[in-house]
Amino acid sequence: MRKKKPLQKLPFIVLMFFLILFLAGVISGEPSRVLEQSWQICLSCIGIG
Amino acid sequence: MELARKWVQLVIAMLTNGYWGFPVTKTIYQGPLKVVCSPGLNCYSCPAATTYCPLGALQQLMMTLRFNLENAQYFLGWYVLGCIGVVGAFLGRLVCGWACPFGFFQELLHKIPSRKFAVPRPLRYIKFGLLLFFVFLLPLLVVNDFGLGNPWFCKYICPAGTLEAGLPLLWLQPDLRKTVGLLFYNKLAILVFFMGWSVVASRPFCRVACPLGAFYALFTRVRLVKLQLDQEKCTRCEACHHVCPMGVKFNESPDDFECITCLACMDRACKFDAISLTVGGIPLRAGDVRKPVATKIP
Repeated sequence: MRKKKPLQKLPFIVLMFFLILFLAGVISGEPSRVLEQSWQICLSCIGIG
Repeated sequence: MELARKWVQLVIAMLTNGYWGFPVTKTIYQGPLKVVCSPGLNCYSCPAATTYCPLGALQQLMMTLRFNLENAQYFLGWYVLGCIGVVGAFLGRLVCGWACPFGFFQELLHKIPSRKFAVPRPLRYIKFGLLLFFVFLLPLLVVNDFGLGNPWFCKYICPAGTLEAGLPLLWLQPDLRKTVGLLFYNKLAILVFFMGWSVVASRPFCRVACPLGAFYALFTRVRLVKLQLDQEKCTRCEACHHVCPMGVKFNESPDDFECITCLACMDRACKFDAISLTVGGIPLRAGDVRKPVATKIP
């Protein structure tokens, strides 16, 4: 009979940690900051200018 | 499975670069989707990009961190770190194999008929140095009088940025051509170098120089979705060694940080069902019947 493998908990803990970090970022208004940056062409970032 | 992976790569590349109005507008997409994190390396200054690049956003965070804190703006990058952390904890380097447009581009280049070579294994540690220094430390520590740093990896190295943003923007905005200098030619040389290397070796940029791959590699042992080896079923035939595009000897090191979970070893090499895809340690495809046809990749 095939032995049933146990569910690993550590991946879920790590996932939850980053999910909380993500939500904390959303609550503190960081998405608008990211949006502001990503709407601009960063010429020095691509080696021009 | 390999055909399905190619389709997934193509669809994701099209979705993350889905703004095709740029030849008319002559600029980049500036819509609300730019708040979404691209899972793979995809420059957000690319005219067609609909999402933001996690590496670019990380560097933007590091280079402005001191300035922000000095000006009482507490943007600590939790959103960006949380986004790529969730992706990394869930999928790890599976993203490299299935969702990275630049990885897909290298795979297409590798299909050009030529003599093929292996990538020396010690070179794979370079990407961790690039992640630490060019993405985190140099943008944070080398700052101007205002406390602002530079996006070192994007500015001096990133070949994806040159391909997806630098070259198209020079084509779209002729005025920019006057500002091209040594910095751009240096980046262009890096792009040409990796393109040439991709023809003769499998995914050299991913294996040697991608800091995003290095970041996702940190999750190798704790990621939710991963390949698992059943030691009892493995016969050490080494068939898995010959199909891996990343040079992983899966039966010897099943937790190798280079594994991009492309499933080639499981689907095309192992005849004994010793390799399975697992979620949280639970196999998804145990007992499947497959007809492996091994094709060697150097």
